[in-house]
Amino acid sequence: MITKEEVEYVARLARLKLTKDEKEKYTKQLADILKYINKLNELDTEKVEPTSHVLRLSNVFREDKVRPSLKQEEILANAPQVESSHFKVKKVIE
Amino acid sequence: MVKYETIIGLEVHIHLKTESKLFCGCSTEFGAAPNTHACPVCTGMPGILPVVNKKAVEYTIKSALALNCEVASRSIFARKNYFYPDLPKNYQISQYEEPLAQNGYLEIGTGSERKRVGITRINLEEDAGKLLHYIGSREIDGSLVDFNRCGVPLLEIVSSPDITSPEEAYTYLTTLKNIIRYLEVSDCDMEKGSLRCDANVSVRLAGKKKLGVKAEVKNMNSFRAIQKALEYEVKRQIKALESEERIIQETRLWDEKKERTYPMRSKEEAHDYRYFPEPDLVPLIVEKEWIENIRKTISELPDRRRERFIKEYKLSEYNAGVLTAEKALANYFEKVVKLYNNPKVVTNWVMVELLGRLNAVNKEVEESPVSPGQLAELLKLMEKGTISGKIAKTVFEEMFNSGKNPQVIVKEKKLVQITDEKEIGKIVEEVLKENPDAVEEYGKGKEKTIGHLVGQVMRKTQGKANPQLVNKILKEKLLKK
Ligand SMILES: [Zn+2]
Repeated sequence: MITKEEVEYVARLARLKLTKDEKEKYTKQLADILKYINKLNELDTEKVEPTSHVLRLSNVFREDKVRPSLKQEEILANAPQVESSHFKVKKVIE
Repeated sequence: MVKYETIIGLEVHIHLKTESKLFCGCSTEFGAAPNTHACPVCTGMPGILPVVNKKAVEYTIKSALALNCEVASRSIFARKNYFYPDLPKNYQISQYEEPLAQNGYLEIGTGSERKRVGITRINLEEDAGKLLHYIGSREIDGSLVDFNRCGVPLLEIVSSPDITSPEEAYTYLTTLKNIIRYLEVSDCDMEKGSLRCDANVSVRLAGKKKLGVKAEVKNMNSFRAIQKALEYEVKRQIKALESEERIIQETRLWDEKKERTYPMRSKEEAHDYRYFPEPDLVPLIVEKEWIENIRKTISELPDRRRERFIKEYKLSEYNAGVLTAEKALANYFEKVVKLYNNPKVVTNWVMVELLGRLNAVNKEVEESPVSPGQLAELLKLMEKGTISGKIAKTVFEEMFNSGKNPQVIVKEKKLVQITDEKEIGKIVEEVLKENPDAVEEYGKGKEKTIGHLVGQVMRKTQGKANPQLVNKILKEKLLKK
């Protein structure tokens, strides 16, 4: 089961603003999803290693070589605002 | 009096000295123009795939071995989710379950102070970007972000809460830094941000089992600042306990100017990072053979080297400690000793003359204008009697300023020691003539006046006369008077 408070909490963590209707809808939908997923618990996984990746691969590396980055103006083209070659955002102060 | 115990755990972040970032080919160069080392991977554009830098993994394993950790045969990366403008992906690729290394220890202190501090875990992760709130002294009406640092490989070394005083925290950090620098996997330069440290600290009544409520202290920019911040925090917490105030678990920032900590304006949300395995990266499998190959690249570490210096060169514990703290300095010392086999004299010259001058101009040993070979030559000139000990210091100063060889300086400045007895005898005669009073006093038994006369001779020869000879000849001539 999942509560409306939990939905609100998760929404807040994900920076989502939900309407009252949405909250109710998602509470039900998420509960359904969790119930469905819980079916997996019926399986005996005692002797199965946890999966952290679906591919049977390991150790995919790159050598420590520098490759060209984007040009400054290309990366800054993604900024909401630019000042002194920096991305400018709303003030964050610790 | 009530006695309190202090419990400190340190979280140290170290930039690994790779050429490229952890998951992309952007350069890790420090001090580049802002946002010139960023690409779609490290700024989290849609559709990108991170690929692990092999060298960063090797450096992590190397550090883990030097810190006596168990290197995991299998480890995975995890996403740590949070929103902050310095983190363009809105998650940091870090490690959570199954880190690369765990359960190590670091031995700190010497003699009876010697102890082990546990290393709980070592994670390999990526750094975030850099936030700027000021340009020069001008406060900006927003925050500025530079993504050059974003994605630089970072080693997170988490100690166990085994540290029992701010001073011990300082020792731990220095020891850790020296080891990491010996491994040549990081510069550990706090000024450049290649080493950062957060500290967890709590106090409790002595003998109590339960840990006190801890505070996390951040924002210190030197090892001394960390020590001071912890000293402040310990006092603050003891005061709170004594006045029966409640200590809350919180993050506090160190104010360097006011020398105090203050609570960080924390967001209401308790940190909930919702870690989960990074689906874009496959597991790391570390075979024994790989570990052993990396182990072979670890040279003698500071502790061992210090012990060897004490034994082999008969140095004091203190001198050996100073000389072996930095690999480059220890190498310098050994190179000089190889060419001029008198460790005691070399120790003196390296510790007093060389280090003194390097410190004065804020230079590292690697940048020394005087090479080990040149220093050895100078010491040989002194031993042969070509120059006196006093003149040698003048020559060294000149070598340090000009980078010239000692022989060249001695020749150019005509600094060769005067050892010709006739020549010295002549000057002594002159001095005796000019100082009849002193001669008379010496005759009356005031032997101290000879010091004054020696000084006069030395002055006339610009310090070049051999002092032993001057003494000898003076005494002879005075006796005849
Ligand atoms: Zn990049």
